[in-house]
Amino acid sequence: MNDPAQPGTAWVFGDDIDTDQIIPSRFLVSSDPAELGEHAFNDLRPEFPSGVEDGDFVVGGHNFGSGSSREHAPLSLVGTGVDGVVAQSFARIFFRNAINLGLPVLICPEAGQIADGDEISLDLDAGTVINHSTNESYDAESLPEFLQTLVDEGGLKSYTKRKISGEL
Amino acid sequence: MTGKTLSEKFLSEKSGTDAQAGEYVEAEVDTMLTHDVTGPLTFDVFEDVTAGDGPLAKPDRTVITIDHHAPADGVKAANNHNHVREFADEYGAVQYEVGDGICHQVLLEDGFAAPGDLVIGADSHSTTFGGVGAFGTGVGSTDLGTAFATSELWFRVPETLRFEVHGELPDGVYSKDLILKFIGDVGFDGCTYMTAEYGGSAIESMPVHERVVLSNMAIEMGGKAGLVEPDERVLEFLEAQTGKAYTIPDWLEADDDAEYADVHTYRAEELEPQVSKPSNPENSVPVSEVVGTDIDQLFVGTCTNGRYEDIRIVADIIEGEELAPGVRMVVVPASRTVYKQMLETGIMDTFVDAGAIVQSAGCGPCFGTHQGVLGDGDVSLATANRNFPGREGSMDSSVYLSSPATVGASALYGEITDPRTVELERYGDAVVEGVSS
Ligand code: SF4
Repeated sequence: MNDPAQPGTAWVFGDDIDTDQIIPSRFLVSSDPAELGEHAFNDLRPEFPSGVEDGDFVVGGHNFGSGSSREHAPLSLVGTGVDGVVAQSFARIFFRNAINLGLPVLICPEAGQIADGDEISLDLDAGTVINHSTNESYDAESLPEFLQTLVDEGGLKSYTKRKISGEL
Repeated sequence: MTGKTLSEKFLSEKSGTDAQAGEYVEAEVDTMLTHDVTGPLTFDVFEDVTAGDGPLAKPDRTVITIDHHAPADGVKAANNHNHVREFADEYGAVQYEVGDGICHQVLLEDGFAAPGDLVIGADSHSTTFGGVGAFGTGVGSTDLGTAFATSELWFRVPETLRFEVHGELPDGVYSKDLILKFIGDVGFDGCTYMTAEYGGSAIESMPVHERVVLSNMAIEMGGKAGLVEPDERVLEFLEAQTGKAYTIPDWLEADDDAEYADVHTYRAEELEPQVSKPSNPENSVPVSEVVGTDIDQLFVGTCTNGRYEDIRIVADIIEGEELAPGVRMVVVPASRTVYKQMLETGIMDTFVDAGAIVQSAGCGPCFGTHQGVLGDGDVSLATANRNFPGREGSMDSSVYLSSPATVGASALYGEITDPRTVELERYGDAVVEGVSS
């Protein structure tokens, strides 16, 4: 995943997309990513769950993932097979949940330039978002060192496993 | 070097470092909370990282409630409830049953959050505990499941946005109105990655049940925590409920030269009752701007305003009256204790006689899945904390948020009504003042 040369379709959403809109509460009786993914953005954009393909991207405006702490929200996106979320800014709990789950989340002030249906890809090493439809590239903020370490350890679960086993 | 905010004090103490805003620390957690919705995912993470062996790092401070889909509204929810029961039984966690109440309320009532505690919950309104001087914050299930095993978690030390209200609140203006005003002023993401700290004479003189409302809704401006510096009143409140003595740790005090990202200052006398219009809590306006809006359903409850004192305010207003024709009212006490207080003080009768529906303790329709969800075109006025599209049911319904007093006054007329047009009481903490619990 996340080959900068391999673009996916951008599904663009607006500002203040809350977790109820990402995964409506009536679907929270499941914790299975694939099942949750079948209902992602169900009410807000009913064509999303059936139309989204592996390797696509979700693009948000400001304050993406606000509202409840439900990890089901980023998990449902993992279940859809999207390769990451790009937004102008994220709500705090969504952002940390996504990092803990290993779903790439990029804070990109210029995300507003991406149009629905544009073909984009992420270059995580360079910290850029490439828009293949317009031949533009946008800078994304790099992760703070502590979080990068966590990501490099393979996420919070493997970090914790190593801690429990005394390796860390 | 400048002094420290309450948040910096908390995270320094709990991490054993000299923590400054912006730094990352690993801190020791005191209480951990999950419920029937976020629980199963949390259990999976815990069992994954411990290879199914356990143990819980702090079983007697690991609390699991059944409140969101309670009583079960379908087979899947019922199975999740059984999953909660089995997990709690196997690992020795503290478990609350269907009807015991909303997670945040039962934790407050039973002393799981006290001054100086660091409390994490797989529920965003875990900020509630700031009202009793605990650093409460919402986390995801991976965070919580790993902390179940280690009782440690990583935190970014937040900056702090301070809200000060000086003077005496006018009649009809409650802490709910203050927090709706704050959210309206700074915006839905105005406190993201920061702690909201509340102070000033109007807040210092508030009973605990009103302070926790400010803390509870810190998340509606993106806040990581919502803190009120604890005092004697908090200790009295906790002792009255639990029969145990509590103290305030010496370190739990903001330094005079602490640095704040910003300070918003208000005069209490200038504030009015507020209503948040659909479909975002930040759409907060003085009640006068929405007076006359037709309402289909009134909802009294939630972890924000489902406490006895809140429900009592509504009961006072509708006592001896009937709901306006065409409106329905759903009352959901925040806990079994609140339910009992309603029975003992007779206000249960007031609601039944007025034509309201009183349900078992839990989240009720707040979560949009059961017990009074809204249909297409329905308009609700709720004492809740969120009014996102579809939050209480249909995507084509709308939710207005207000204080219990505004809900009570509106019940008489079937339209949004200024609470200052009816006679109102202001209550101290019932538990401190002798209503049995
Ligand atoms: S009452 Fe509403 S906001 Fe509070 S915990 Fe329950 S669902 Fe969440």
